[in-house]
Amino acid sequence: MSTLWESMGPALWPAFWITIKLTFYSAIGSLIWGVLLAGMKVSPVPVMRGFATVYVNVVRNTPLTLIIIFCSIGLYQNLGLALAPDNATFIESNNFRLAVLGFILYTSTFVCETLRAGFNTVPIGQAEAARSLGLSFPQVFGLIVLPQALRTVIAPLGSVLIALTKNTTIASVIGVSEAALLMKSELETNGDQILVIFAIIAVGFMIITLSEGAFFGWAAKRWAVKR
Amino acid sequence: MSNQSTVLYDAPGPRARARNRITAVVFVVIVVAALGYMVSVLADNGQFAAEKWDPFTVGGTWTTWILPGLWGTLKAAFVSIVLALIIGAFLGIGRMSDHKWVRMVSGFIVEVFRALPVLILMFFAYFLFAKYAVVPSSQLSFAAVVFGLTLYNGSVIAEILRAGIQAVPRGQSEAAQSIGLRKSQMMRMILLPQAVTAMLPALISQMVIALKDSALGYAFGYIEVVRSGIVSASYWGNYLPSLVVVAIIMIVINFCLTGFANYLERRLRRGRRKTNAPDPDVAELETMENVPGFNKIG
Repeated sequence: MSTLWESMGPALWPAFWITIKLTFYSAIGSLIWGVLLAGMKVSPVPVMRGFATVYVNVVRNTPLTLIIIFCSIGLYQNLGLALAPDNATFIESNNFRLAVLGFILYTSTFVCETLRAGFNTVPIGQAEAARSLGLSFPQVFGLIVLPQALRTVIAPLGSVLIALTKNTTIASVIGVSEAALLMKSELETNGDQILVIFAIIAVGFMIITLSEGAFFGWAAKRWAVKR
Repeated sequence: MSNQSTVLYDAPGPRARARNRITAVVFVVIVVAALGYMVSVLADNGQFAAEKWDPFTVGGTWTTWILPGLWGTLKAAFVSIVLALIIGAFLGIGRMSDHKWVRMVSGFIVEVFRALPVLILMFFAYFLFAKYAVVPSSQLSFAAVVFGLTLYNGSVIAEILRAGIQAVPRGQSEAAQSIGLRKSQMMRMILLPQAVTAMLPALISQMVIALKDSALGYAFGYIEVVRSGIVSASYWGNYLPSLVVVAIIMIVINFCLTGFANYLERRLRRGRRKTNAPDPDVAELETMENVPGFNKIG
Protein backbone atom coordinates (compact mmCIF):
# COMPACT_ATOMS: atom_id res chain seq x y z
CA MET A 1 0.00 0.00 0.00
CA SER A 2 2.71 2.47 0.94
CA THR A 3 4.77 1.66 -2.15
CA LEU A 4 1.65 2.17 -4.24
CA TRP A 5 1.05 5.52 -2.65
CA GLU A 6 4.67 6.53 -3.15
CA SER A 7 4.43 5.99 -6.89
CA MET A 8 0.81 6.96 -7.45
CA GLY A 9 0.23 9.80 -4.98
CA PRO A 10 2.43 12.47 -6.55
CA ALA A 11 1.32 11.49 -10.08
CA LEU A 12 -2.38 11.66 -9.28
CA TRP A 13 -3.03 15.38 -9.43
CA PRO A 14 -0.91 16.02 -12.57
CA ALA A 15 -2.73 13.21 -14.40
CA PHE A 16 -6.18 14.45 -13.42
CA TRP A 17 -5.12 18.00 -14.19
CA ILE A 18 -4.39 16.86 -17.78
CA THR A 19 -7.83 15.20 -17.84
CA ILE A 20 -9.44 18.45 -16.70
CA LYS A 21 -7.49 20.51 -19.21
CA LEU A 22 -8.37 18.13 -22.04
CA THR A 23 -12.03 18.41 -21.05
CA PHE A 24 -11.92 22.19 -20.73
CA TYR A 25 -10.31 23.01 -24.08
CA SER A 26 -12.33 20.37 -25.92
CA ALA A 27 -15.56 21.65 -24.37
CA ILE A 28 -14.89 25.24 -25.44
CA GLY A 29 -13.95 24.17 -28.96
CA SER A 30 -16.89 21.78 -29.31
CA LEU A 31 -19.33 24.44 -28.17
CA ILE A 32 -18.07 26.91 -30.79
CA TRP A 33 -17.88 24.41 -33.65
CA GLY A 34 -21.15 22.78 -32.56
CA VAL A 35 -23.01 26.12 -32.62
CA LEU A 36 -21.62 26.85 -36.08
CA LEU A 37 -22.70 23.40 -37.29
CA ALA A 38 -26.17 23.85 -35.80
CA GLY A 39 -26.42 27.26 -37.44
CA MET A 40 -25.45 25.77 -40.80
CA LYS A 41 -27.99 23.01 -40.31
CA VAL A 42 -30.90 25.46 -40.12
CA SER A 43 -29.50 28.07 -42.49
CA PRO A 44 -31.31 29.17 -45.66
CA VAL A 45 -28.37 28.02 -47.80
CA PRO A 46 -28.89 24.40 -48.91
CA VAL A 47 -25.17 23.74 -49.42
CA MET A 48 -24.47 24.60 -45.80
CA ARG A 49 -27.32 22.40 -44.58
CA GLY A 50 -25.95 19.54 -46.68
CA PHE A 51 -22.42 20.02 -45.39
CA ALA A 52 -23.52 20.06 -41.74
CA THR A 53 -25.71 16.98 -42.22
CA VAL A 54 -22.98 14.98 -43.90
CA TYR A 55 -20.38 16.07 -41.35
CA VAL A 56 -22.54 15.17 -38.36
CA ASN A 57 -23.58 11.80 -39.77
CA VAL A 58 -20.08 10.78 -40.77
CA VAL A 59 -18.24 11.90 -37.65
CA ARG A 60 -20.87 10.72 -35.19
CA ASN A 61 -20.74 7.20 -36.60
CA THR A 62 -16.96 6.92 -36.41
CA PRO A 63 -15.40 5.37 -33.29
CA LEU A 64 -13.71 8.10 -31.24
CA THR A 65 -10.65 5.87 -30.85
CA LEU A 66 -10.28 5.92 -34.62
CA ILE A 67 -10.61 9.71 -34.76
CA ILE A 68 -7.96 10.17 -32.08
CA ILE A 69 -5.60 7.74 -33.80
CA PHE A 70 -6.31 9.49 -37.08
CA CYS A 71 -5.31 12.82 -35.52
CA SER A 72 -2.03 11.31 -34.39
CA ILE A 73 -1.04 8.98 -37.23
CA GLY A 74 -2.91 10.66 -40.05
CA LEU A 75 -2.66 14.36 -39.39
CA TYR A 76 0.66 14.50 -37.59
CA GLN A 77 2.82 11.56 -38.67
CA ASN A 78 1.68 11.50 -42.29
CA LEU A 79 0.60 15.03 -43.06
CA GLY A 80 3.03 16.78 -40.76
CA LEU A 81 0.38 18.85 -38.99
CA ALA A 82 2.21 20.07 -35.91
CA LEU A 83 0.10 22.01 -33.45
CA ALA A 84 2.80 22.89 -30.96
CA PRO A 85 5.99 24.95 -31.10
CA ASP A 86 9.10 22.89 -31.75
CA ASN A 87 10.71 22.74 -28.32
CA ALA A 88 11.66 20.26 -25.62
CA THR A 89 8.06 19.37 -24.76
CA PHE A 90 7.00 19.13 -28.40
CA ILE A 91 5.76 15.51 -28.43
CA GLU A 92 3.81 15.96 -25.24
CA SER A 93 2.07 19.21 -26.14
CA ASN A 94 1.53 18.19 -29.76
CA ASN A 95 -0.22 14.97 -28.72
CA PHE A 96 -2.29 16.92 -26.22
CA ARG A 97 -3.44 19.37 -28.88
CA LEU A 98 -4.08 16.64 -31.44
CA ALA A 99 -6.27 14.89 -28.87
CA VAL A 100 -8.15 18.13 -28.18
CA LEU A 101 -8.68 18.55 -31.92
CA GLY A 102 -10.07 15.02 -32.16
CA PHE A 103 -12.41 15.54 -29.21
CA ILE A 104 -13.66 18.81 -30.72
CA LEU A 105 -14.34 17.21 -34.11
CA TYR A 106 -16.31 14.41 -32.41
CA THR A 107 -18.11 16.15 -29.54
CA SER A 108 -19.28 19.08 -31.67
CA THR A 109 -21.61 16.71 -33.55
CA PHE A 110 -23.42 15.92 -30.30
CA VAL A 111 -23.52 19.61 -29.37
CA CYS A 112 -25.02 20.32 -32.80
CA GLU A 113 -27.73 17.66 -32.44
CA THR A 114 -28.60 18.80 -28.92
CA LEU A 115 -28.88 22.43 -30.01
CA ARG A 116 -31.01 21.52 -32.98
CA ALA A 117 -33.42 19.78 -30.64
CA GLY A 118 -33.35 22.94 -28.55
CA PHE A 119 -34.32 25.13 -31.53
CA ASN A 120 -37.58 23.23 -31.77
CA THR A 121 -38.52 24.22 -28.23
CA VAL A 122 -38.41 27.91 -29.16
CA PRO A 123 -42.00 28.96 -29.92
CA ILE A 124 -42.53 29.72 -33.59
CA GLY A 125 -43.97 33.11 -32.65
CA GLN A 126 -40.56 34.21 -31.39
CA ALA A 127 -38.92 33.73 -34.78
CA GLU A 128 -41.95 35.15 -36.56
CA ALA A 129 -41.92 38.25 -34.37
CA ALA A 130 -38.22 38.70 -34.98
CA ARG A 131 -38.73 38.40 -38.71
CA SER A 132 -41.61 40.84 -38.66
CA LEU A 133 -39.18 43.37 -37.16
CA GLY A 134 -37.10 42.85 -40.28
CA LEU A 135 -34.24 40.93 -38.67
CA SER A 136 -32.09 38.89 -41.06
CA PHE A 137 -31.37 35.18 -40.61
CA PRO A 138 -28.10 35.73 -38.71
CA GLN A 139 -29.92 38.15 -36.40
CA VAL A 140 -32.94 35.90 -35.86
CA PHE A 141 -30.60 32.99 -35.21
CA GLY A 142 -28.02 34.74 -33.07
CA LEU A 143 -30.22 37.14 -31.09
CA ILE A 144 -33.54 35.33 -30.70
CA VAL A 145 -33.42 31.59 -31.30
CA LEU A 146 -29.93 30.58 -30.17
CA PRO A 147 -30.01 32.29 -26.73
CA GLN A 148 -33.37 30.71 -25.89
CA ALA A 149 -32.34 27.31 -27.26
CA LEU A 150 -29.06 27.39 -25.32
CA ARG A 151 -30.88 28.04 -22.07
CA THR A 152 -33.26 25.18 -22.75
CA VAL A 153 -30.56 22.64 -23.51
CA ILE A 154 -28.25 23.38 -20.57
CA ALA A 155 -29.03 20.02 -18.93
CA PRO A 156 -28.49 17.89 -22.08
CA LEU A 157 -25.34 19.90 -22.85
CA GLY A 158 -24.23 18.93 -19.36
CA SER A 159 -24.58 15.27 -20.28
CA VAL A 160 -22.59 15.87 -23.45
CA LEU A 161 -19.88 17.45 -21.28
CA ILE A 162 -19.92 14.49 -18.88
CA ALA A 163 -19.61 12.11 -21.82
CA LEU A 164 -16.71 14.22 -23.08
CA THR A 165 -14.99 14.04 -19.69
CA LYS A 166 -15.21 10.26 -19.77
CA ASN A 167 -14.09 10.15 -23.39
CA THR A 168 -10.89 12.04 -22.61
CA THR A 169 -9.55 8.71 -21.31
CA ILE A 170 -9.20 7.74 -24.98
CA ALA A 171 -6.38 10.27 -25.33
CA SER A 172 -4.28 7.63 -23.55
CA VAL A 173 -4.06 5.62 -26.80
CA ILE A 174 -1.85 8.35 -28.29
CA GLY A 175 0.12 8.69 -25.10
CA VAL A 176 -1.40 11.74 -23.45
CA SER A 177 -0.53 11.19 -19.80
CA GLU A 178 -4.00 11.65 -18.32
CA ALA A 179 -5.72 9.66 -15.59
CA ALA A 180 -6.43 6.49 -17.62
CA LEU A 181 -2.79 6.18 -18.67
CA LEU A 182 -1.70 6.64 -15.07
CA MET A 183 -4.11 3.89 -14.07
CA LYS A 184 -2.71 1.57 -16.73
CA SER A 185 0.91 2.13 -15.75
CA GLU A 186 0.09 1.74 -12.05
CA LEU A 187 -1.75 -1.52 -12.78
CA GLU A 188 1.32 -2.73 -14.63
CA THR A 189 3.75 -1.92 -11.82
CA ASN A 190 1.57 -2.58 -8.76
CA GLY A 191 -0.40 -5.58 -9.99
CA ASP A 192 -1.36 -6.68 -6.49
CA GLN A 193 -3.35 -3.53 -5.76
CA ILE A 194 -5.84 -3.68 -8.63
CA LEU A 195 -8.90 -2.81 -6.57
CA VAL A 196 -7.27 0.10 -4.78
CA ILE A 197 -5.94 1.64 -8.00
CA PHE A 198 -9.30 1.23 -9.68
CA ALA A 199 -11.10 2.78 -6.71
CA ILE A 200 -8.77 5.80 -6.61
CA ILE A 201 -9.16 6.54 -10.34
CA ALA A 202 -12.90 5.84 -10.24
CA VAL A 203 -13.43 8.21 -7.34
CA GLY A 204 -11.38 10.86 -9.17
CA PHE A 205 -13.60 10.61 -12.21
CA MET A 206 -16.76 10.59 -10.15
CA ILE A 207 -15.68 13.75 -8.36
CA ILE A 208 -15.29 15.48 -11.73
CA THR A 209 -18.42 14.14 -13.42
CA LEU A 210 -20.68 14.52 -10.40
CA SER A 211 -19.64 18.12 -9.86
CA GLU A 212 -20.21 18.82 -13.55
CA GLY A 213 -23.65 17.24 -13.24
CA ALA A 214 -24.45 19.24 -10.11
CA PHE A 215 -23.31 22.48 -11.76
CA PHE A 216 -25.34 21.90 -14.90
CA GLY A 217 -28.38 20.82 -12.89
CA TRP A 218 -28.14 24.08 -10.94
CA ALA A 219 -27.46 26.12 -14.08
CA ALA A 220 -30.37 24.55 -15.94
CA LYS A 221 -32.73 25.60 -13.14
CA ARG A 222 -31.15 29.01 -12.75
CA TRP A 223 -31.27 29.96 -16.42
CA ALA A 224 -34.24 27.94 -17.64
CA VAL A 225 -36.57 29.84 -19.95
CA LYS A 226 -39.85 30.05 -18.06
CA ARG A 227 -42.65 29.32 -20.48
CA MET B 1 -37.11 20.22 -38.93
CA SER B 2 -38.24 21.40 -42.33
CA ASN B 3 -40.91 23.44 -40.59
CA GLN B 4 -38.49 24.95 -38.17
CA SER B 5 -35.97 25.94 -40.78
CA THR B 6 -38.53 27.92 -42.72
CA VAL B 7 -39.65 29.72 -39.61
CA LEU B 8 -36.20 31.17 -39.16
CA TYR B 9 -36.28 32.98 -42.49
CA ASP B 10 -38.89 34.12 -44.99
CA ALA B 11 -39.44 32.52 -48.33
CA PRO B 12 -36.54 34.18 -50.11
CA GLY B 13 -37.28 37.04 -52.47
CA PRO B 14 -34.99 38.10 -55.31
CA ARG B 15 -32.46 39.86 -53.06
CA ALA B 16 -32.42 37.10 -50.46
CA ARG B 17 -31.98 34.53 -53.22
CA ALA B 18 -29.05 36.46 -54.61
CA ARG B 19 -27.57 36.77 -51.13
CA ASN B 20 -28.04 33.08 -50.46
CA ARG B 21 -26.39 32.24 -53.75
CA ILE B 22 -23.40 34.40 -52.90
CA THR B 23 -23.17 32.81 -49.43
CA ALA B 24 -23.41 29.38 -51.00
CA VAL B 25 -20.67 30.16 -53.52
CA VAL B 26 -18.36 31.61 -50.85
CA PHE B 27 -19.01 28.60 -48.61
CA VAL B 28 -18.36 26.14 -51.43
CA VAL B 29 -15.16 27.98 -52.34
CA ILE B 30 -13.96 27.78 -48.72
CA VAL B 31 -14.80 24.08 -48.42
CA VAL B 32 -13.28 23.26 -51.80
CA ALA B 33 -10.17 25.25 -50.95
CA ALA B 34 -9.79 23.40 -47.65
CA LEU B 35 -10.35 20.04 -49.32
CA GLY B 36 -8.04 20.99 -52.18
CA TYR B 37 -5.32 21.94 -49.73
CA MET B 38 -5.70 18.63 -47.92
CA VAL B 39 -5.68 16.71 -51.19
CA SER B 40 -2.57 18.51 -52.40
CA VAL B 41 -0.73 17.82 -49.13
CA LEU B 42 -1.84 14.19 -49.35
CA ALA B 43 -0.72 13.96 -52.95
CA ASP B 44 2.67 15.50 -52.09
CA ASN B 45 3.02 12.84 -49.42
CA GLY B 46 2.26 10.20 -52.01
CA GLN B 47 -0.88 9.05 -50.20
CA PHE B 48 -2.73 8.61 -53.48
CA ALA B 49 0.01 6.46 -54.98
CA ALA B 50 -1.46 3.19 -56.21
CA GLU B 51 0.77 1.07 -53.99
CA LYS B 52 -0.81 2.64 -50.92
CA TRP B 53 -4.26 1.49 -51.99
CA ASP B 54 -3.41 -1.69 -53.89
CA PRO B 55 -3.21 -3.76 -50.68
CA PHE B 56 -6.99 -3.45 -50.45
CA THR B 57 -7.38 -5.24 -53.78
CA VAL B 58 -5.29 -8.11 -52.41
CA GLY B 59 -7.48 -10.74 -50.77
CA GLY B 60 -4.84 -11.38 -48.12
CA THR B 61 -5.24 -7.92 -46.60
CA TRP B 62 -8.88 -8.66 -45.97
CA THR B 63 -8.64 -12.28 -44.87
CA THR B 64 -5.55 -11.77 -42.69
CA TRP B 65 -6.39 -8.48 -41.04
CA ILE B 66 -9.49 -6.49 -41.82
CA LEU B 67 -12.12 -9.23 -41.69
CA PRO B 68 -10.82 -10.88 -38.49
CA GLY B 69 -10.69 -7.40 -36.96
CA LEU B 70 -14.21 -6.68 -38.07
CA TRP B 71 -15.27 -10.02 -36.63
CA GLY B 72 -13.63 -9.05 -33.34
CA THR B 73 -15.54 -5.77 -33.29
CA LEU B 74 -18.89 -7.36 -34.13
CA LYS B 75 -18.36 -10.27 -31.73
CA ALA B 76 -17.50 -8.01 -28.79
CA ALA B 77 -20.37 -5.64 -29.54
CA PHE B 78 -22.91 -8.42 -30.02
CA VAL B 79 -21.97 -10.47 -26.96
CA SER B 80 -21.91 -7.42 -24.74
CA ILE B 81 -25.22 -6.08 -26.04
CA VAL B 82 -26.92 -9.41 -25.32
CA LEU B 83 -25.41 -9.52 -21.83
CA ALA B 84 -26.18 -5.84 -21.30
CA LEU B 85 -29.83 -6.44 -22.21
CA ILE B 86 -30.06 -9.16 -19.57
CA ILE B 87 -28.27 -7.14 -16.90
CA GLY B 88 -30.11 -3.99 -17.91
CA ALA B 89 -33.48 -5.72 -17.55
CA PHE B 90 -32.58 -6.91 -14.05
CA LEU B 91 -31.21 -3.53 -12.97
CA GLY B 92 -34.05 -1.58 -14.55
CA ILE B 93 -36.71 -3.70 -12.89
CA GLY B 94 -34.66 -3.74 -9.70
CA ARG B 95 -34.79 0.06 -9.54
CA MET B 96 -38.57 -0.14 -9.44
CA SER B 97 -38.72 -2.95 -6.91
CA ASP B 98 -41.00 -2.83 -3.89
CA HIS B 99 -38.06 -3.63 -1.64
CA LYS B 100 -36.03 -0.62 -0.68
CA TRP B 101 -32.69 -2.42 -0.51
CA VAL B 102 -33.12 -3.86 -4.04
CA ARG B 103 -33.90 -0.37 -5.32
CA MET B 104 -30.87 1.06 -3.59
CA VAL B 105 -28.44 -1.61 -4.74
CA SER B 106 -29.58 -1.46 -8.37
CA GLY B 107 -29.62 2.31 -8.30
CA PHE B 108 -26.10 2.41 -6.91
CA ILE B 109 -24.78 -0.01 -9.56
CA VAL B 110 -26.44 1.92 -12.38
CA GLU B 111 -25.18 5.31 -11.22
CA VAL B 112 -21.61 4.14 -10.62
CA PHE B 113 -21.12 2.33 -13.90
CA ARG B 114 -22.72 5.11 -15.88
CA ALA B 115 -20.44 7.67 -14.29
CA LEU B 116 -17.21 5.82 -15.08
CA PRO B 117 -15.27 5.90 -18.35
CA VAL B 118 -15.61 2.58 -20.17
CA LEU B 119 -11.87 2.44 -20.78
CA ILE B 120 -11.24 2.55 -17.03
CA LEU B 121 -13.62 -0.40 -16.55
CA MET B 122 -11.81 -2.30 -19.30
CA PHE B 123 -8.34 -1.69 -17.84
CA PHE B 124 -9.63 -2.84 -14.46
CA ALA B 125 -11.16 -6.02 -15.89
CA TYR B 126 -8.09 -6.76 -18.00
CA PHE B 127 -5.69 -6.71 -15.07
CA LEU B 128 -8.13 -8.37 -12.70
CA PHE B 129 -8.84 -11.25 -15.08
CA ALA B 130 -5.13 -11.59 -15.79
CA LYS B 131 -4.20 -11.79 -12.14
CA TYR B 132 -6.80 -14.33 -11.10
CA ALA B 133 -6.70 -16.20 -14.42
CA VAL B 134 -10.47 -15.89 -14.72
CA VAL B 135 -10.36 -16.48 -18.46
CA PRO B 136 -7.76 -18.16 -20.70
CA SER B 137 -5.08 -15.66 -21.62
CA SER B 138 -6.00 -15.79 -25.31
CA GLN B 139 -9.46 -14.47 -24.42
CA LEU B 140 -8.21 -11.92 -21.91
CA SER B 141 -8.65 -8.76 -23.95
CA PHE B 142 -11.96 -9.98 -25.36
CA ALA B 143 -13.27 -10.60 -21.85
CA ALA B 144 -12.10 -7.15 -20.74
CA VAL B 145 -13.84 -5.44 -23.65
CA VAL B 146 -17.05 -7.38 -23.04
CA PHE B 147 -16.89 -6.68 -19.31
CA GLY B 148 -16.55 -2.93 -19.80
CA LEU B 149 -19.17 -2.68 -22.52
CA THR B 150 -21.64 -4.91 -20.67
CA LEU B 151 -21.54 -3.01 -17.39
CA TYR B 152 -21.70 0.40 -19.01
CA ASN B 153 -24.37 -0.41 -21.59
CA GLY B 154 -26.26 -2.54 -19.09
CA SER B 155 -26.57 0.50 -16.83
CA VAL B 156 -27.73 2.71 -19.67
CA ILE B 157 -30.19 0.07 -20.90
CA ALA B 158 -31.54 -0.20 -17.35
CA GLU B 159 -32.36 3.48 -17.48
CA ILE B 160 -33.86 3.18 -20.98
CA LEU B 161 -36.09 0.30 -19.88
CA ARG B 162 -37.11 2.07 -16.70
CA ALA B 163 -38.12 5.13 -18.71
CA GLY B 164 -40.00 2.83 -21.09
CA ILE B 165 -41.85 1.01 -18.32
CA GLN B 166 -42.80 4.28 -16.66
CA ALA B 167 -44.14 5.53 -19.99
CA VAL B 168 -46.62 2.65 -20.28
CA PRO B 169 -50.05 4.04 -19.43
CA ARG B 170 -51.14 3.36 -15.83
CA GLY B 171 -54.32 1.66 -17.03
CA GLN B 172 -52.24 -1.21 -18.35
CA SER B 173 -50.90 -2.20 -14.92
CA GLU B 174 -54.27 -1.52 -13.29
CA ALA B 175 -55.94 -3.82 -15.80
CA ALA B 176 -53.26 -6.45 -15.22
CA GLN B 177 -53.84 -6.28 -11.47
CA SER B 178 -57.60 -6.46 -11.89
CA ILE B 179 -57.37 -9.74 -13.78
CA GLY B 180 -55.25 -11.07 -10.94
CA LEU B 181 -51.75 -11.15 -12.42
CA ARG B 182 -48.91 -11.26 -9.95
CA LYS B 183 -46.32 -8.51 -10.09
CA SER B 184 -43.75 -10.65 -11.89
CA GLN B 185 -46.37 -11.75 -14.43
CA MET B 186 -47.47 -8.18 -14.98
CA MET B 187 -43.87 -7.11 -15.57
CA ARG B 188 -43.12 -10.02 -17.88
CA MET B 189 -46.34 -10.17 -19.87
CA ILE B 190 -47.65 -6.60 -19.90
CA LEU B 191 -45.11 -3.92 -19.06
CA LEU B 192 -41.80 -5.21 -20.39
CA PRO B 193 -43.02 -6.07 -23.92
CA GLN B 194 -44.57 -2.63 -24.31
CA ALA B 195 -41.53 -0.89 -22.86
CA VAL B 196 -39.14 -2.78 -25.12
CA THR B 197 -41.19 -1.98 -28.21
CA ALA B 198 -41.39 1.68 -27.33
CA MET B 199 -37.70 1.85 -26.54
CA LEU B 200 -36.48 -0.25 -29.47
CA PRO B 201 -35.00 2.74 -31.31
CA ALA B 202 -33.07 3.79 -28.20
CA LEU B 203 -31.85 0.21 -27.73
CA ILE B 204 -30.60 0.06 -31.31
CA SER B 205 -28.83 3.38 -30.88
CA GLN B 206 -27.16 1.82 -27.87
CA MET B 207 -25.85 -0.92 -30.17
CA VAL B 208 -24.13 1.74 -32.25
CA ILE B 209 -22.47 3.02 -29.08
CA ALA B 210 -21.34 -0.51 -28.18
CA LEU B 211 -19.94 -1.00 -31.69
CA LYS B 212 -18.00 2.24 -31.53
CA ASP B 213 -16.81 1.63 -27.99
CA SER B 214 -15.48 -1.82 -28.79
CA ALA B 215 -12.68 0.07 -30.56
CA LEU B 216 -11.48 0.94 -27.03
CA GLY B 217 -10.02 -2.57 -26.96
CA TYR B 218 -7.30 -1.02 -29.10
CA ALA B 219 -5.74 0.31 -25.90
CA PHE B 220 -4.80 -3.19 -24.66
CA GLY B 221 -4.35 -5.16 -27.83
CA TYR B 222 -7.79 -6.54 -28.54
CA ILE B 223 -7.98 -7.46 -32.22
CA GLU B 224 -10.81 -5.22 -33.35
CA VAL B 225 -11.11 -3.45 -36.66
CA VAL B 226 -9.09 -0.33 -35.79
CA ARG B 227 -6.23 -2.39 -34.35
CA SER B 228 -6.26 -4.78 -37.31
CA GLY B 229 -6.29 -1.83 -39.72
CA ILE B 230 -3.20 -0.42 -38.00
CA VAL B 231 -1.46 -3.80 -38.03
CA SER B 232 -2.20 -4.23 -41.72
CA ALA B 233 -0.94 -0.69 -42.29
CA SER B 234 2.33 -1.38 -40.54
CA TYR B 235 2.81 -4.33 -42.88
CA TRP B 236 2.04 -2.41 -46.06
CA GLY B 237 3.18 1.02 -44.88
CA ASN B 238 -0.14 2.69 -45.72
CA TYR B 239 -1.45 4.13 -42.45
CA LEU B 240 -3.75 6.77 -43.83
CA PRO B 241 -5.50 4.60 -46.45
CA SER B 242 -6.01 1.87 -43.85
CA LEU B 243 -7.58 4.28 -41.39
CA VAL B 244 -9.83 5.59 -44.15
CA VAL B 245 -10.96 2.09 -45.14
CA VAL B 246 -11.63 1.13 -41.51
CA ALA B 247 -13.52 4.37 -40.96
CA ILE B 248 -15.69 3.74 -44.02
CA ILE B 249 -16.53 0.22 -42.83
CA MET B 250 -17.54 1.45 -39.38
CA ILE B 251 -19.46 4.45 -40.68
CA VAL B 252 -21.45 2.29 -43.11
CA ILE B 253 -22.39 -0.25 -40.41
CA ASN B 254 -23.30 2.40 -37.85
CA PHE B 255 -25.11 4.52 -40.39
CA CYS B 256 -27.29 1.56 -41.36
CA LEU B 257 -28.07 0.83 -37.71
CA THR B 258 -28.87 4.49 -37.00
CA GLY B 259 -31.05 4.60 -40.09
CA PHE B 260 -32.86 1.48 -38.93
CA ALA B 261 -33.42 3.02 -35.49
CA ASN B 262 -34.84 6.18 -37.07
CA TYR B 263 -37.08 4.13 -39.36
CA LEU B 264 -38.43 2.18 -36.37
CA GLU B 265 -38.97 5.38 -34.45
CA ARG B 266 -41.00 6.90 -37.28
CA ARG B 267 -43.04 3.73 -37.62
CA LEU B 268 -43.72 3.53 -33.92
CA ARG B 269 -44.69 7.17 -33.81
CA ARG B 270 -47.04 6.77 -36.75
CA GLY B 271 -48.74 3.95 -34.86
CA ARG B 272 -49.29 6.26 -31.90
CA ARG B 273 -50.16 9.35 -33.87
CA LYS B 274 -53.58 9.80 -32.31
CA THR B 275 -52.09 10.07 -28.85
CA ASN B 276 -50.80 13.57 -29.37
CA ALA B 277 -47.25 12.55 -30.17
CA PRO B 278 -44.72 15.14 -29.00
CA ASP B 279 -42.28 16.80 -31.36
CA PRO B 280 -39.61 14.12 -31.92
CA ASP B 281 -36.75 16.52 -31.21
CA VAL B 282 -38.32 17.83 -28.04
CA ALA B 283 -39.11 14.29 -26.92
CA GLU B 284 -35.47 13.51 -27.57
CA LEU B 285 -34.48 16.32 -25.23
CA GLU B 286 -36.71 14.91 -22.54
CA THR B 287 -35.24 11.44 -22.87
CA MET B 288 -31.72 12.82 -22.95
CA GLU B 289 -30.99 10.66 -19.94
CA ASN B 290 -30.23 8.06 -22.57
CA VAL B 291 -27.24 10.13 -23.56
CA PRO B 292 -24.10 8.49 -22.21
CA GLY B 293 -23.17 9.93 -18.89
CA PHE B 294 -26.35 11.81 -18.19
CA ASN B 295 -26.97 12.22 -14.50
CA LYS B 296 -30.42 13.30 -13.64
CA ILE B 297 -30.16 16.00 -11.03
CA GLY B 298 -33.01 17.61 -9.20
